[in-house]
Order: sequence, then structure tokens, then C-alpha cells
Amino acid sequence: MRLDVLNNGYRPGTKLLFALIRLVSRRPVPDAAKLVFYRSDFYGSRAKKFTHEAMRGPSAWSVGDRELMAAYVSKVNESVFCISAHSATARRAYQDELKVAAVLADLESAPVEDGLRATLRMLGKLTREGTVGAEDMRQVLSAGVSRQQVEDALAICAAFNTTNRLADAFGFEVLSPEDFEAGAKFLLKRGYR
Amino acid sequence: MVLTEDKKRAAFRALEDRILNGAGRASPEQRARAFSNAGLSQPLDGLLGSVATRPAQVTDADFATARAAGLSEDELFELVICAAVGQSARLYDAGLAALDDAAEEDG
Repeated sequence: MRLDVLNNGYRPGTKLLFALIRLVSRRPVPDAAKLVFYRSDFYGSRAKKFTHEAMRGPSAWSVGDRELMAAYVSKVNESVFCISAHSATARRAYQDELKVAAVLADLESAPVEDGLRATLRMLGKLTREGTVGAEDMRQVLSAGVSRQQVEDALAICAAFNTTNRLADAFGFEVLSPEDFEAGAKFLLKRGYR
Repeated sequence: MVLTEDKKRAAFRALEDRILNGAGRASPEQRARAFSNAGLSQPLDGLLGSVATRPAQVTDADFATARAAGLSEDELFELVICAAVGQSARLYDAGLAALDDAAEEDG
């Protein structure tokens, strides 16, 4: 990572924890996991709470849908680490290899429900252009998405616009496909807490 | 129409409040400028402007320039986070406002 403190600035107890994770998982500790341990009172503890609430808290959206939204927002931001991490998690949650790839390749022709497609379209516009209007929201609502579901999707959008920026600014190291799969398995089992 | 603040929004506000108003190595004024991506002086405007608007294009050189201007690693850690959360807050607010507008016109 681009800041030395994010590579080496951890307390002894945290360093020991990282060593233990490497030993047990036989995989590197992903930079996304490291970041939330550095001075966790400043960012990590509250960021984890918010992201967990958005991604695993009560919602009419499935975990697969939410991971797909995370992957889609990451795609719009061209955030390589996050695209890989959340595509892998969405594929595993849906138990469907093709759906996620199809959405990221071409949302309009992808085999997803109209409500999800309209929501992803709105999140993409908001992320890309920085704003959306009432008409954009009406299109989502008229595709059968509830007001609460729109709010839930906006929380995911905020969580991943933050994470994408930190991944790219701090320079998260891109993992191997096997390590991203292991990360996906972890996120489905444990969430973001 | 006033929406009840849901748990997700409350958790985001708690993060916002901590990074802006809690203790930090960068001054609260600097953190507020990073968060709003406004009023930043050189060379921080380069790095933090990129974090806000084109994060995939941040480079090692952006960090080197900021360090050369005397910013510590911990100040940069905080200010990059403020810039990232600030842009996300603007998106979140813009989305919620548009949703309110759509609901008002309907109702």
C-alpha cells in the first residue's frame, strides 16, 4: 500500500493477529482487511459497522443482489480490487457464474429482474455523474422497487464509493483468483464486522 | 416529508461525525476541506481532488508530492479517508434528495 503505516504501522497485538491469519488460512491478509485495523477508532470500527449494516443488515434485497450492487459500483469506479472481490462474492452468493459477468459486461442485456436492473442503472448514474433526479428515481420505483429498497441501495452505493476510493488511493494489492475466492467465502460467512 | 433516519443512515452519519469532529492528527479545518473537496491548497488539492473525482488515477507521485510538502503519513491517512467519505456523502445525500422529490410529486 502507498502509506508505510498501512503496511507496517500496526500494534504488536494486531501484527500477531495478522500472522495468525496467515498461518491458519495460508493466505495473505488482504489489504482491505488490514486497512480497518489501522487506528480503527478513526475509520475502521465505524466503517465496518456501516458496511455490515448495508450489506448484511435487514433488507428486501438478497445478499447476492447487494454484492452485485457493490461489484457494479466498483466497475463504474474502475476499482480493480473491489470489482474482483465483490464479483466473486456475488457469484458465490447467487451460485451463478454467468449472471454477474453479464451484468458487468452489459447491464441492459443481462438476465436480471427489471427492478434490480433499474436500481443498478440509477446507482451507476449517481456514481458516474455525481447526481440523479426525481425522474431517475421514478423509473426505479415504477419498476417495482420499494422506497426502502432504494434507500438500502443508496447505502450500498455510499459504502462502496468510499471503499473503492480507499482501495485505489491507498493502492490495495490485487489478489490471486484463489485468494479472492477465499475472501468471498469469508465475507459470506462472517460479513463485514 | 421527513424520513425517519434508518440504521444504515445513522451508521454512516456516525462515521462522518467521527472523521470530521473527533480527535485526529490533521486539523479539523483540513479534514473539513478534504471532506468537501473545496478550499484545498497545493499540493493536497491534486491528491485529494483525485480521490474524490477520479480515484483510479491516483499515483505514487501524488503521495510523494504531498509528503514532500511536509504532510505525515497519519495526516494523509486521515485526509484521504475524509475525501473518500465526503464524496460518498454527497452521492448519498443527492440520491436521498432525488427520492424525496420523486415521492413528493407522487403524493
